[in-house]
Formats: sequence, C-alpha cells, structure tokens
Amino acid sequence: MNDVERTDVLVIGSGFGGAIPAYHLAAGGARVVVLERGPWLDTAEYEHDFKLGSSYTRIFDFTVGDGMSVLGGNCVGGGSVVYFAAMPRAPRFVFERRGSVKRRMWPAAISRDTLEPWYDRVAESISITQQGWEDVSYAGGLWAAACRHSGRSANPVPAAVDTSACVNCNWMMAGCRFDAKQSLLVNYLPAAIAHGAEVRPLHEVQSITRTPDGGYRVHYKIVHGEDYRLTEGEGRIEAKVVVLAAGAAATPVILQRSERELGAMPYAVGRYFSGNGERLNTAVLNEDRVREVLGLERGDGLAYAANQIGKGPTVANWDRLDGSLPEYTRYSLEQLYFPPGLGTILALADGPEPTWFGPAKKEMLERWQSWLIIFQMIEDDNEGVFGPPPERGNADRVSQQMLGVGRLSYKPTATTQAAWAMADAECKEILERDGLATVTPWTNDLVGAYTVHPLASCRIGDDPYTSALDDRHELRGHPGIFVTDGSAVPGALTVNPAMTISALAERAVPAIVAAARERGVEVEYGAPAPDGSTAGRRAAAPLAAALLRG
Amino acid sequence: MASSPEETKVETLEALADTIVPGPRRGPRDRAVAGVSRTGGAVAAGALDLLRWDATGVSGSLDDYARSLNEHAGGYAAEHGIAVDEDTPAFVALPYDDRAALVRQLTAPGHPEKALWVLLVLFCYMAYDSAAHLHTADAIRAGHPGLTAMGITRPDDDGLWRFPSWSYGRPLADPHPDTTASGSPR
Repeated sequence: MNDVERTDVLVIGSGFGGAIPAYHLAAGGARVVVLERGPWLDTAEYEHDFKLGSSYTRIFDFTVGDGMSVLGGNCVGGGSVVYFAAMPRAPRFVFERRGSVKRRMWPAAISRDTLEPWYDRVAESISITQQGWEDVSYAGGLWAAACRHSGRSANPVPAAVDTSACVNCNWMMAGCRFDAKQSLLVNYLPAAIAHGAEVRPLHEVQSITRTPDGGYRVHYKIVHGEDYRLTEGEGRIEAKVVVLAAGAAATPVILQRSERELGAMPYAVGRYFSGNGERLNTAVLNEDRVREVLGLERGDGLAYAANQIGKGPTVANWDRLDGSLPEYTRYSLEQLYFPPGLGTILALADGPEPTWFGPAKKEMLERWQSWLIIFQMIEDDNEGVFGPPPERGNADRVSQQMLGVGRLSYKPTATTQAAWAMADAECKEILERDGLATVTPWTNDLVGAYTVHPLASCRIGDDPYTSALDDRHELRGHPGIFVTDGSAVPGALTVNPAMTISALAERAVPAIVAAARERGVEVEYGAPAPDGSTAGRRAAAPLAAALLRG
Repeated sequence: MASSPEETKVETLEALADTIVPGPRRGPRDRAVAGVSRTGGAVAAGALDLLRWDATGVSGSLDDYARSLNEHAGGYAAEHGIAVDEDTPAFVALPYDDRAALVRQLTAPGHPEKALWVLLVLFCYMAYDSAAHLHTADAIRAGHPGLTAMGITRPDDDGLWRFPSWSYGRPLADPHPDTTASGSPR
C-alpha cells in the first residue's frame, strides 16, 4: 500500500514563473498542485509597519551571500506581491548579448521579435498601465527634470498598478493594501484556483527524486507560520511533470540537493547567476537648487522633500539602451524608492571617506525626505556561483523571518565593475550638475552587491555547457522537469525583468503541456487570458503550435 | 567601580550601537554613549530592545558578541598604544573615533568575522532608521528619534499612509524617441 499523494503537475513556487504555468495547466485540464514556501496573505493583512513580524518581513526574504545579497518574495504570489510592478519589455539588443561565454547567450529561437507575442499575452493577462506624467511621483518627476536639464530623455515606466486605486503610500514591498498593484493574486492565481489548482503555502520544497515509472517525487517541509526557522512536519507528492519556479536564489539549490538521487545536473545549474547588474545610488537633493535650477514646486511651499511619497519607480532614463553601443556600456537609470530597514544602511554619506555609519550618515538620514534613489541596471557578467546547499531551504535562517545566509558567491569581474563605475559617473553627472544634489553609490563592502532581481542560475540556451535548460525550459538530462522562473533568463536585461520572466513562462507552457500529454495527462493548451480575453492567444497560436510539437 | 557581567554587556552593546548612529550622553556617568551627536541615536532609538528580541536571531549571542568586541577592542588599544581604564569594558573605554575605526576593521571585506559583525550592526542601524522593534505608527507617535529625524510623516488614523498629492502633474522630460507602443524600450 502506497499512500503517497499524486498529481499530474507539481509546481514549485507561486511567483510569475509558477503562477503562469499553474493557470494554463489547470485551465487545460491537468491536476495541479502548487507548493509555496511562504505564507498566503489577504489584502487586509498587508500592513504599513516596519516592525519585525509584520507583513513586510513575512513576505520578503533577504538572503545574504558572499559578494551578493538577494531580496525576493516569500509568499503566495511571490515577487509579484512585493515588487514595484515595473513592467517594461527588454530591449532588442539584450537578446543578442554574448556575455562571458563570448557567443550568443540566448537560444536561437528567442529574440525580441519572437518573444513579442508572449509579452502580449502577459500584457493581456496582467493589467499594465502606461503611466502619464500625472501618475509620476514627485521623485520620478524630479528625476525626469534632472535628466532633461542635462540633455537627456526620460520615460514614465509602464507598471502593473491601477493608478486610480493607488494612494502613493510607497508600501508596495509590504503588499498592496489597496489592491492597486496588479499582483498575481488578482489574475493568474485566482484563475488557476478556479480551474482546480491547489495552492499550499508554507510548503518548502527540499528535493526531488525519481519514481520507478519515470515520474518525480517532490519532498517538502512545512514551515512554521511565524518563525520560519522552524518546521512542523514534512511530506511528499508524486507528479508526472515538475515545474520548478522557486526563484533564481532557490531553484538551483533544490536541484543541487536533488543531484544525489536524480543523477548529475547540467553544469550550469547554480552557475552563471546574474544580479541583473543592479546597483543603487543615493542623491541628497539641495531643495533650494531643485526650485531654482529645475523650477519644481509641489504647491505647498516645498520643492521636493518627497522621498516617502509614490509608488516605487515611475521614471527611467533609457538613453544608454542603444544596441549600437558596446556590451557592458548599456544600462538604464531608474528612479526608485527604497524603504528604510531593508538596506539603506548601505547608502554612503559623502565626504573624504564616504561612510555608511557614524555622525555623517546620521546627518544624511536627517535629510531622508530629500533623498532620490537611482537604480542602475547594467549588463553584468553572470559571475554568481552557488556553493553546496544548506541543510534546508536556500539559506540558514538567522531571524524568525526575512534574514538568512545563503550559499551564493559573486565576485564582480572588472567588466561588471567598469559598467557600474560608468553608471555611477552618469548619475553623478546628471544630479550634481548645477549643485542639485550630492550623489554617492551604495557600498558593496557590507553585504556585497545587492539585487532585487536575481536571474540566470539555471538558464535556457542552446549550448549544453553554459545552459541548464534547453530552449523549451526542460532541464537537460531530466525530462519532465521544467524551470520557468527568473533563473531561466540567460542574463541581465538592463531593465526590470518581471515582464520578460512572465513572457518566457507563457512561452514555456506549450512544451510543458506536451510533456504532460506524453505522460498520459489529459491536458490541452489554449486557455485564454485569466479574464477570458483571447487576442493574445490568437496571436501566439502559430508559435505555440511549434512549441507543442517540440 | 567594576561592572557586573550584565552591565558590561549592556554598556558594550550600547557603545556599539552608538558608534553606528551616535547620540548624546544620558548623564555625567554615561560611558557607553560617546556623546558625539546632540540628538538621539541608536541607543535612544531602542537598539538594545531590538537586539534582545529573539525574532532577530542575535539575542542568544549577545554575551559572546560583547565579550568578543571587548577582546578586539583590547587588542586594538594595545596595538595603537591607547591606555584604557581596566574597570571599563575595553570597547567602551575607546574614544569614538577609535570605536569607529574598529567597527570599520571588523566589517571590512576579508575580515574572518565580518558576517557576524555586519549582522549585529545591521540591527543597531535598523533600530534607528526603521524602529523594527516597534509598530511604526506607535513609534512615530512616541517621538522615536530615528523616524522623527528622518521626517517620516504620520499615517492616517487607521494606521495607513495615503498621499493626496504625489505629482508635479506635468511633462518634465521628452520620452526616448525609440519608445514602443507598449511604453517599453525598442
């Protein structure tokens, strides 16, 4: 007698990479179970509170590594619940990148053109607003005005935010209390559940083993609802197909831990990690100069002093997103909000010896409302490598929630450092012009570099030596395991990656459906968008047919 | 007069917190706070309350942290020829600039204990910049030194922030000429 639970498709993770396949597979008729490591919060549970134990720390994970720390979602809905909802498509040149492997990193089958129908499917499924200047926060407006003052362009960033419901509280990272953010909790996930998918929070997958019939057995532990350092039991589920989407800081760790039972993993599992080339600069504005030089006034006597107000990033400078420029010199500079508590310790106070603590830093904090944070996304070199997995999960948890120590090592190459230096210099050039501000980068000395967009730790590609997945997202050598989260993206995108991760997940679905059908699952491909819209499905149909055939 | 082990621990950790975000001395006998700033710093913000909370994961290690910090401080003092009062924990006995220099050493890339010290100073800092041991609205209402100094506004009566004015409301730059119909770069 074998009492192990069985399902057709087991999805690990409920962020973009998990929710999108879960919806399509459930809508197509498969039995789908989604295991999510983090908790499942309702809108009313999203708090405006920095106290440890509030939603802010329950749904976020901050994993410290050697040279790179990663911030990521840890809840049902994953990154979509905690992210700032910027949804640009990646520029065309990104897909032609050669990176450290010195040949095209992306599979031949994928370019901006061939991904466009899949981007469209996402845009039909997640409500994305093309923000107007009336939506742009003071911080975004200030960044735009500074860009124009220095002869540059600036774009309002497309965002998955219902601006009519948004109150500009800037608490997006704690979950949106006002249902303005169009997270996966308002589109793909409820649609998946309506089609019978089961989503189980606080189920942390540890490893995958094989069953005698060619399927997989997924082993999980149940995480304590308040103190994530503790577990309250364990279990396993057998599935014919596994979709792995635990996030780029966790997906390779699960595979590494599974290697002993599953057999050798492709070389690229846990290698080629990219932090999306991210780095932050802080500008401390001179309010008088903002008024005099840029002519900005809020109408209440203040020129700016509005760091606290807004909805994350609203304006980006894309002048360097130019495919004719050499690789590693292309980047975007995006206005961002970064809340206290999660990292502003890394902001450096200006001076002969810039410092992250002490009297000078305290003075800088006293001008916090006049901060403007600029987020750089450069092309990094995929330097990250994961060491042997920890005992459980992807980190040794230190605090009851949020803070843990992982196994990622990231030593930025001279190329990456040069790109950061170039972007730092440009931030300074824009914002220190005419005495507008004092600009300093965040230090990499304390917790290494810092990313909110981990990528590429289990990536797609055509070359088996530098990619863990084929161009249909199937794990090389392990048929029936698909990886669909940020770890599948081959490298840095120079823009926020959620839209590209989602488009790739949409594109991956036909092959997952085909694999399930080969294993006897009665499932069809062809669900409309979660709200029933069908234009995107029609446009992608020819591409989907080819992917279904393999 | 020599301190009890508990007093030594508290003074040492307060001195560390005060090094990260400094504040004013609480009285003539205050040795832990170096007094290099006139407004409340991490100690007044409640750093010790945060460090002692088991949710942080450091509360069980504070004795070891304090002992180790004083050992490092003793070594630092000897190395730099600084005479320290033997009745005072070595880190507390150091002048502010030397406390800061030692913190820089312990948290510098390559220091074997770096990760441990970064963890501790992170919570010292968070006590000031986000009052992570208190409900934020309560902390602001009570005049928490960090949140007050940063100018974080009060929430509405239901504890939520809303900003009725958020935008300059006019075009402030020309978009990139290659912007696509979806609002993305080409």
